[in-house]
Amino acid sequence: MASAPATASGAHEAHEHTHYTTTGLDNRKIAIWAFIGSECMLFASLISTYLVYKGRSLVGPLPHEAWTSPAGQVFKPILNMPVTTASTFVLLMSSLTMVLALAAVENKGKPGYEGLLGSSKTWLLATALLGAAFLGFQAYEFTSFVHEGLTIRTNLFGTSFFTLTGFHGTHVAVGVLWLMSLLFIDLKRGLGPKDAIIVDISALYWHFVDVVWIAIFTLVYLIK
Amino acid sequence: MSSDRAHADHAHEHPTWKQYKWVALWLTLITIVEVWAYYIPSLVASKGFVPALLAMSAIKFSIVVLFYMHLKYDHKLFKALFVGPLFIAACTLVAFLFLFGNVRIG
Repeated sequence: MASAPATASGAHEAHEHTHYTTTGLDNRKIAIWAFIGSECMLFASLISTYLVYKGRSLVGPLPHEAWTSPAGQVFKPILNMPVTTASTFVLLMSSLTMVLALAAVENKGKPGYEGLLGSSKTWLLATALLGAAFLGFQAYEFTSFVHEGLTIRTNLFGTSFFTLTGFHGTHVAVGVLWLMSLLFIDLKRGLGPKDAIIVDISALYWHFVDVVWIAIFTLVYLIK
Repeated sequence: MSSDRAHADHAHEHPTWKQYKWVALWLTLITIVEVWAYYIPSLVASKGFVPALLAMSAIKFSIVVLFYMHLKYDHKLFKALFVGPLFIAACTLVAFLFLFGNVRIG
């Protein structure tokens, strides 16, 4: 704990409400950045695995090419670009609503933040709904893949694809639960500038989930 | 200085609603260009397709990290905590691609 206030009452207050390290930075924010750094390496390992196995599946269905089985059954390319483009747009927009939620909490009561722009509840709800919509798109994609004959056990593509996107989807689901808990707090007692740090931390997590998807969208869906 | 005050002091450095709107617009435009390129067979067949997609993806990644995650405005320790592992992760990814023959020199 650093930046110790000069008076005893100030020190007590700081002990109750702050989480400083010797750097003078909030330890919760240091922790989330360290966590995000470790998550970078987790997703790099999953993306590496996908790319190493890319094009090495012995049987279909395949992501970008049609495949005919020895029995003569034809499988069309399995990736559905229109659906994935829509889900990508939804996730990008959720990052916008998330920064607006943080700005609304940080600037609550300040001029220019009246009405919709200052309504943290609206932006938190919008972000959670957009996250849930992304999960809906992913559930639809996974279900259609299984119906078309691609499961996690079918081939190397199926294994690495479901593992990578499944891990990402799980992160989105955790983010939606986190946002819902913030919305619950906001509805119960209201979130204000003093709570900005807890919203900031959840926003950092949410944006990280977004940047991971930016990489996945290009490396898995766009590059043939 | 309390955590709340520190956060409030720091908050004024964050982008405004108008800047956030422009960031969202750029992210959308780049995504539209990426998807448009995907549907043009002559572009997909060209040598510049993959590098161009990777460059656009890197730009989107950087925009989100710098403006939405506020890394442009934040303490250098946070930058180090993110960029350090990201660099290791990127090097590991490239090393795996060379090791398993997905990428070859020459």
